Amino acid sequence: MDNNWPLWEVFVRSKNGLEHRHFGSLHAADEEMALENARDVYTRRNEGVSIWVVKSSNITASNPENNGELFEPAQDKVYRHPTFYKLPDQVKHM
Amino acid sequence: MKSEHLYNYILGIADNSLILGQRLGELCGHGPSLETDIAGTNISLDLIGQTRSYYQYAAKISGENKTEDDIAFLRLERHYKNVLLVEQPNTHFGFVMGRQYLFDVFHLLLLKELQLSKDETLAAIAKKGIKEVSYHKRFSGDWVKRLGDGTPQSTAKMQEAIDDLWPYTQELFDMTDSDTAMALEGVGVDVSKLKKAYYKEVTDLFELATLEVPQSTYFSRGGKKGVHSEHMGYLLADLQYMQRTYPNMQW
Repeated sequence: MDNNWPLWEVFVRSKNGLEHRHFGSLHAADEEMALENARDVYTRRNEGVSIWVVKSSNITASNPENNGELFEPAQDKVYRHPTFYKLPDQVKHM
Repeated sequence: MKSEHLYNYILGIADNSLILGQRLGELCGHGPSLETDIAGTNISLDLIGQTRSYYQYAAKISGENKTEDDIAFLRLERHYKNVLLVEQPNTHFGFVMGRQYLFDVFHLLLLKELQLSKDETLAAIAKKGIKEVSYHKRFSGDWVKRLGDGTPQSTAKMQEAIDDLWPYTQELFDMTDSDTAMALEGVGVDVSKLKKAYYKEVTDLFELATLEVPQSTYFSRGGKKGVHSEHMGYLLADLQYMQRTYPNMQW
């Protein structure tokens, strides 16, 4: 039976003010069942205040084969991190 | 004892949750999918959690040195007051969801009234349980709809399950002596008054689920008076095994 159910990705907001984070995936026949299953599988230990589910097939993912051209050029660009500025002592809370 | 009727009244409510919780617990690890397995076990734990609150209260007013465990594990079959519906054995998933739904609708109607009880402890336990039971009903009702309005095979199995379970529904609305006494005091709920709302809600959902309302005229009853079906002894053997084999054992 599981084999016929599509896969869903589950995102849970653990408390108000925080963002939804990817918690995992599960199988369900439709949105409604996906939400109920997500509630039972991922929030039964008080982990969340809000759930999003999205069909896994609706997610467009980058191809690991392209990791070289996508991500490696960023590895030697240390100047893109804002670590070269001297902060005056008067500036607090940065 | 403060009140024999109150004690019996509490057990009458709590035993339904204990026995249905035990039935669902038997399925832990055997659900048709990981997701439904966890859902069923969650519901079981909700029910057993509610049972504990009721039994702790019952133990307190019993006046004897009883604990919640004595009440759960050390009674004889005839002393359990649950309805026949909840002790019916697990067969297929549709049957389990049908049994659950037929109980959940009643359970929620009951707790909504019980939260108005003059007995503060009972009112508090009921209030806390309402959120849990609302979810149980949503879950089981969804499945009755899905399977009823699903494939020809699932429709047939769901219909068969409902037909088999239907004769156990009327007992839910029988009043025991303790029920009547407690309702008169404003502590208990007059369950006979919930009957109309119950059958209306259930038959409305059956219509959505494209299921026929069973036309049975025969109804089984007896559980509330301790006269159980042949399945109850086996269930209790499982439930009580540890305490009977190793008396006073603690986790």
